[in-house]
Amino acid sequence: MIIDAIRNGIVIDHIPASLSMKLYRILGLDDLSCSVAVLKNVASSKLGRKDIIKIDEIIDLNWDVLGYIAPDITVNIIRDGELAEKRHPQLPTQLTNVIFCENPRCITTTEQELPHIFKLTDPEQRIYRCIYCEARAKKHE
Amino acid sequence: MKSLIDILDLTTAEIDELISKANDIIDHPDRYAEKCRGKKLATLFFEPSTRTRLSFEAAMYELGGHVIGFSEASSSSTSKGESVQDTVRAVSCYADIIAMRHPKEGAPKVASMKASVPIINAGDGGHNHPTQTLTDLLTIQREKGRLNDLRIGFCGDLQFGRTVHSLISALSRYHNIHFTLISPAELKLPDYIKVDVLQKKKLDFEETAKLDQALPNLDILYMTRVQKERFFNEADYIRLKDSYILTPEKLKNAKSDLCIMHPLPRVNEISCAVDDDPRACYFHQVLNGKFIRMALILKLLEID
Repeated sequence: MIIDAIRNGIVIDHIPASLSMKLYRILGLDDLSCSVAVLKNVASSKLGRKDIIKIDEIIDLNWDVLGYIAPDITVNIIRDGELAEKRHPQLPTQLTNVIFCENPRCITTTEQELPHIFKLTDPEQRIYRCIYCEARAKKHE
Repeated sequence: MKSLIDILDLTTAEIDELISKANDIIDHPDRYAEKCRGKKLATLFFEPSTRTRLSFEAAMYELGGHVIGFSEASSSSTSKGESVQDTVRAVSCYADIIAMRHPKEGAPKVASMKASVPIINAGDGGHNHPTQTLTDLLTIQREKGRLNDLRIGFCGDLQFGRTVHSLISALSRYHNIHFTLISPAELKLPDYIKVDVLQKKKLDFEETAKLDQALPNLDILYMTRVQKERFFNEADYIRLKDSYILTPEKLKNAKSDLCIMHPLPRVNEISCAVDDDPRACYFHQVLNGKFIRMALILKLLEID
């Protein structure tokens, strides 16, 4: 399979196998008009299998989403065919409207215009809690 | 402008300051009779309550202030579909401070983000009830003279009892507290308190199903109601319910200076025959609730 080399764009590498489509959806990549390639189950010496996303344009990424879904990924920014920057997302301290509170007793169930805000309460265990009812966010699959 | 949404919003120094102020109010009520002259407390109770609402209202009246508000959602614009955010923005125009009870968890937090006056969480569903915890801490301090070096037993429904969870979190910040958790297996303390608070802070605790065996070692017994609807089958409820009823007979083995507490309302978990026992503190607790709320209103309104 041949995917054209990127001249100006982004390569999201080291995505745990099977997470690429989730990232594709949450990052809104289906709304882009440029070429986007999703490579699934690529052989990796580090991970065994990994996914890769290639975007043929430099776009603004939601780093909070990247950090929450896959904090161990590598984001390569390509400019003029050269690797210009290599970044790793951080675990975000707060997430707004990325995950949604599932506690049926939470005020967000009745006040539907409220933003769903989660705070990182335990970085070691990667636990996020709703700022209103403190319900723990379910671990993403 | 500060609000009180969760007991852990307050440092232990701030809690000590509130307890000290409440004690001063108890000793010198006349000094405080005019402190809130010209101030208004709004009590926004979106679900019914007896003690908490009346306690807030009595507290404000004894400080010389006024009270406005409603005691059920049906008599507010909520029945027309108004949001909590809009209600508190409007009420902020009329009152200097708001006490809010709401069936939805997190509603007072939302209110505190939108209101221009301090918000006091007067209970949000099964989540938080910080003024009950302050009441409990004042009661323990007055009855035992300290908040450190205590053996406290929590008995009954430890799974759903928000007052138990908040008091354990608050006491976990004091020294040398031994927790005895007395409950049927069905109603044990949830893991997020046991693991996140007790085990994480390496606090001394034990779990047992037997009140009789735990009672002789306790300085404080905090009773809660075992509700029939919490059980999966009626047979289990019938098997267990009597073992968590406190009677004069069971108290024979308890310490002479035991302090018996209950957040009330009780149903039958403390026999009325215990009420005259000098160790019964649950009605002192009710009275203390008014004084600590007076201290809290003064603190949040920044009145000395």
